[in-house]
Amino acid sequence: MKGLLSLAGRFWRVFSRPSVHFSLGFLTLGGFLAGVMFWGGFNTALEVTNKEAFCISCHEMKNNPYEELKQTIHFTNRSGVRATCPDCHVPHDWTHKIGRKMQASKEVWGKIFGTIDTREKFLDKRLELATHEWERLKSNNSLECRNCHSAESMDITRQNPRAAKMHETYLFTGERTCIDCHKGIAHRLPDMKGVEPGWNGTVSAK
Amino acid sequence: MKTRITFAALALAAAMPLLVSGVFAADGAAPAKVPSGPHPITQEIPADPMAKEITDDHKRARNYADQPPLIPHAIRDYQIDLNINKCMTCHDRKNTEGSQAPMISVTHFQDRDGQTLGAVSPRRYFCTQCHVPQTDAQPIVGNRFRDIDSILAGGKEGAK
Repeated sequence: MKGLLSLAGRFWRVFSRPSVHFSLGFLTLGGFLAGVMFWGGFNTALEVTNKEAFCISCHEMKNNPYEELKQTIHFTNRSGVRATCPDCHVPHDWTHKIGRKMQASKEVWGKIFGTIDTREKFLDKRLELATHEWERLKSNNSLECRNCHSAESMDITRQNPRAAKMHETYLFTGERTCIDCHKGIAHRLPDMKGVEPGWNGTVSAK
Repeated sequence: MKTRITFAALALAAAMPLLVSGVFAADGAAPAKVPSGPHPITQEIPADPMAKEITDDHKRARNYADQPPLIPHAIRDYQIDLNINKCMTCHDRKNTEGSQAPMISVTHFQDRDGQTLGAVSPRRYFCTQCHVPQTDAQPIVGNRFRDIDSILAGGKEGAK
């Protein structure tokens, strides 16, 4: 402990005194360039982990959620617009993205120890994994849905009467958020016993 | 080696009439449009465009009293399995207030012994075995079905 303190003291003495060998220009420019390289490298690495190709480079994601997504309207539809994994599962703004990325370190743990490395393990854990996503979307008012589907742009006269009525009753009043009713739209659902549909009174209103 | 080539040449010569007749058969038949029924296996019939689903939320009259009502809305990706029955999230008795959907028929609560259960009977669980959505496809074969009212009214055969 004493040695550690003296080491810290020595470091601080060097750190707090002006440089003897290096010019101010070298230090400022060098610091700036190092900063650019660090920040650029950090963001590039972050962007790489935000690509679908990265998500499905693990067989767990490729064989389970991705295969299921491919059959749904969020992958195949008449206009050819599709959602990729990070569109829904990674927040777009920086702060929340970093927060989610830190949470994702748990997923690295799961990958290393093979928590869901077979279909059976994945199915057994599906309710827990799905619940995490439902809770995340519920607490941010379905932000990732609304990145594409905005209530302002939703023309309910172009919807079927039943959809228009539901959106009028629950969405526009702010009584419910997207995920309350639209669960399992991009993947298969787990055992839904005890999970009430969003239009039932038992769901706590947002 | 030489004998092998000779054999192959002989086999080819023997098969020649067959090959030629096959080519003629494929060429001779014009790719005429066959609306239905069997057609020569050598003919490739272009597929009709996919029919559009009818999803206007408009209830259709049943053609006879026992007819399972048709589904007038989209049911794409509706999951009906051990985990969840998507249809029942609206049409189950306890969910109809929130969804304002028609409740499943009372007959659906009875098992095959006529015992009334508290929830949908297992034999009625798979909705799309009987209830189906419709498309705007035209019937391939004509149909002279008349409903009971038109028969009682003594209308002409074929009239609806």
